[in-house]
Amino acid sequence: MTATTQTLSPSMKRRRRARQRRGALYLALLAIGLVAPFVAYPVFLMKILCFALFACAFNLLLGYAGLLSFGHAAFLATGGYVTGYLLSSHPALTPETGILAGTLASLGLGLVFGALAIRRQGIYFAMVTLALAQMVFFFYIQAPFTGGEDGLHGVPRGQLFGLIDLSSNLAMYYFVFAVFVLGFALIQRTVHSPFGQVLKAIRENEPRAVSLGYNVDAYKLVAFVISAGLAGLAGSTKTVVFQLASLTDAHWHMSGEVILMTLLGGVGTLFGPLVGAGLVVSLQTQLAQSPLGNWVSVILGAIFVICVLSFRSGIVGEIQKIVRKNFK
Amino acid sequence: MTFNKRTLAGAIAVATTALAGGTAQAQMSDDAVRIGYLADMSGTYRDLAGPGGLEALNMAVEDFGGEVNGVPIEVFSADDRNSADVGANTVREWIDQRNVDLVAGMVASSVSIAVTKVLEENDGLAIISGSAASSITNEHCTPNHIHWVYDTYPLAHGTAKAVVEQGGDTWFMLTADYAFGHALEGDVTKVVEENGGEVVGGVRHPFPTSDFSSYILQAQGSGADIVGLANAGSDTVNAIKTASQFGLTQTGQQLAGLLIFLNDVHAMGLEATQGLLLTTGWYWDMDEQSREWAERYFERVGRMPTMVQAGVYSSTMHYLNAVEAAGTDEPEVVRAQMGEMPVEDFFSRNGRIREDGRMVHDMYLAQVKSPEESTGEWDLYEIKSTIPAEEAYRPLSESQCDLVNQ
Amino acid sequence: MTMIFGVPLAVFMGQLMLGLINGAFYALLSLGLAVIFGLLKIINFAHGAQYMLGAFAALLGLQYLGINYWLALLLVPLVVGGLGMVIERTILRRIAHLDHLYGLLLTYGLALIFEGTLINFFGVSGASYPVPEALQGGLNLGFMFLPTYRGWVLVAALAVCLGTWFVIERTRLGAYLRAGTENPALMQAFGVNVPQLVTLTYGFGVALAAFAGVLAAPLYPVSPTMGSSLLIVVFAVVVIGGMGSILGAILTGLAMGLVEGLTKVYYPEAANTVIFLVMILVLMLRPAGLFGKEA
Repeated sequence: MTATTQTLSPSMKRRRRARQRRGALYLALLAIGLVAPFVAYPVFLMKILCFALFACAFNLLLGYAGLLSFGHAAFLATGGYVTGYLLSSHPALTPETGILAGTLASLGLGLVFGALAIRRQGIYFAMVTLALAQMVFFFYIQAPFTGGEDGLHGVPRGQLFGLIDLSSNLAMYYFVFAVFVLGFALIQRTVHSPFGQVLKAIRENEPRAVSLGYNVDAYKLVAFVISAGLAGLAGSTKTVVFQLASLTDAHWHMSGEVILMTLLGGVGTLFGPLVGAGLVVSLQTQLAQSPLGNWVSVILGAIFVICVLSFRSGIVGEIQKIVRKNFK
Repeated sequence: MTFNKRTLAGAIAVATTALAGGTAQAQMSDDAVRIGYLADMSGTYRDLAGPGGLEALNMAVEDFGGEVNGVPIEVFSADDRNSADVGANTVREWIDQRNVDLVAGMVASSVSIAVTKVLEENDGLAIISGSAASSITNEHCTPNHIHWVYDTYPLAHGTAKAVVEQGGDTWFMLTADYAFGHALEGDVTKVVEENGGEVVGGVRHPFPTSDFSSYILQAQGSGADIVGLANAGSDTVNAIKTASQFGLTQTGQQLAGLLIFLNDVHAMGLEATQGLLLTTGWYWDMDEQSREWAERYFERVGRMPTMVQAGVYSSTMHYLNAVEAAGTDEPEVVRAQMGEMPVEDFFSRNGRIREDGRMVHDMYLAQVKSPEESTGEWDLYEIKSTIPAEEAYRPLSESQCDLVNQ
Repeated sequence: MTMIFGVPLAVFMGQLMLGLINGAFYALLSLGLAVIFGLLKIINFAHGAQYMLGAFAALLGLQYLGINYWLALLLVPLVVGGLGMVIERTILRRIAHLDHLYGLLLTYGLALIFEGTLINFFGVSGASYPVPEALQGGLNLGFMFLPTYRGWVLVAALAVCLGTWFVIERTRLGAYLRAGTENPALMQAFGVNVPQLVTLTYGFGVALAAFAGVLAAPLYPVSPTMGSSLLIVVFAVVVIGGMGSILGAILTGLAMGLVEGLTKVYYPEAANTVIFLVMILVLMLRPAGLFGKEA
């Protein structure tokens, strides 16, 4: 796991330069994000952004608090189902209200999951989250409002704030982009706040954090809840974009996929999940329509193995290492 | 990123052809008729439709001559991985990026429903060959899709009615616990009761389940004559295998499979499946015409076609004929043209497309042969009787489809 | 007829019997996982895939090499176990010094590769493996008709479980293994070849999965996906029993088979979920599982 760039140079000057560089990077990315829909297919970009937000939320937990959740699919699905159900059964609701409701539902579920899971560590933590997610999956198969195996279809995109028609892909894209930027900024603020520093301290050495007087459980719980809420936000937004919610999102394979995205991009780096999600989504889309389509799961498996074996810091992590080595 | 380059190149290509060929082929939407084949290519339903269905589609295009109304026919495909998400997104992209004219294939009902919603919004056209749910042309009907091969209505009705008539009037239902299983169970219960039988018990098992021994034991304990399997795919296969191990048929009970396909029977073997009654939309060995096509298919694929794979060929042919007859690939016009032409080929007898999108055609009641009766690897069914097209499917008078009541 | 909570006694007894048979499967699989976890501290996510490989090896052996069931029962665990050892030597060893979560991720990747590859060659419909002649037919137990083969599965699985338990608890090799679990560095210092012990242990755990796969081949359709649904159930069993606890894995496996069997009678819809409920309850009350030692 990597430390952020701040800890690198002690002198104020260098730190300021690092901050300027980061500011420039953010601006450049923002510009790319604004122009992107004119170059690439907007629906495809929206898919990437939704999964990137999901992966970023997951990364907040794994990368900065050191907690591996194997049940994050539950939050993605909850956001999606709640939003989808509300929007299709109450046509008067505006999409942002639906998304807000979905996010809040995931937040609540995160509170329950978190309260149970943070009492255990390491692999046990992963297993508790997996078990809880399995129960949520069971609930969604049984519950009548989800449409079971058929899923929830024909969710209206509606009018944002009752004003902007989201049925155009371009309008929809900018909304999703705004949601992503908001989510990303929240994570960025969290990570760089004193709260984030304590999380990192817990990740590095939990007993020490305890002996310093931090209420470790409370910190972990808050991190868990934020992560769950953002995962729900990703799920809610995704449902509005694609106008459907299905069991795929609740299945434990989805929990595995988000780990892959994060791992591939770089655990504990801000941009890693974005890169990872972009790659995995492009790979799946491109492969599904190529003669190699049947090999998608084999290729994903191989990426998993290669990532773990030879570049555990992920793509962004490795780049950071190179940058740090050469441009100190 | 290759993605961007390709998109850009595609856009330019489309733009130039629109400029150059705009007047020459005023009736065709662009320089080709594009058919996208969407199916489960790697999961549970791979052998039902999968790559074999794509091959059938290619056969149809080749047999048609590779072009229609002077423009080439292009075929591309994608794996939906049985996910409504993936399916809907793929089709959205096909519409936005590749000007797809027809979406074919589709197995999992969730995928079909999701795809048809996308097509309805974008005025596309789909022919669904693999899905079972009868809701596709009932509450989920759209003017933008046609359901070709079969659905649960004739399957449940044909089989249940035949079984009750043979004297099996007490039933125990083994139901997959999701919407599809519940619907099938409801259909069967209704038919059984209408024909003077009774459903004495049942169990709803999780989906999917690999170990059926407990449920088979409960079925044995129920004392019912017939154990009805309201499930599909690997669940049905597992249930039948387990029933044969527990000697269910030896104790005087009989199985009634409601959704069983050729590839399932082939995989389980005749030992475990013999005597099973089932309803099918087509069987490769049912007559000379079918055999002839099936042999050609077999040469290319190495397996005998399922009814879904045959249906993909038949429906593609019908579509291309309609495009030719109408002189355009405008979805609305082609859909209307398809509805006007009767469907009569090696696959479909007395076929026609109703206003709800259901292609009704003769269905067949079949019985699985015993190992002694069978003369080859694929000699699996004996056709017992024909269920006439107009009786087989849900009558329009019971339809909840908005298109019917207009 | 005597009824138990609305179910005839005979059916109830039959369900317990079936539960026990499934439990024996769980025990066998979770035993392998527990052995591996004990020494390597890796959650072997490829366990389901290795179980599936066992079943496939038996099927292919029969079809192409004419290897019969009994020979397969002996050979397949050796072959698949050998493959496991190769994987340990070439891949798992490289990450042994890292956080154990990496082991979980790596083996998850391996499972995807195994499954995906076989799907491409064999599809997913599944093929059937014939029940060996000597075990065809059934036994009338008075309260149920039990296929002989299922009876054999119960006996064979229990025998292997108990045999393994005996080896680990009562022999010198087992003592090494237990000591290696406690303190590998010290073992190394005493001149025990720990890396070799690790390889053997992983191979043995994988061989157990393959053995279970061969046992399962005549029962279920042999298909590339047969392991993945079973896998997380078996995980839950290991966690409930206490990770690394041999006896815990065996007893919990059997117990969960029974719990699941009863659920199938009273609330069948939840049969796939009940084990996770038990797992959460157990972890809340006993953090290290029923038989595990508190860290």
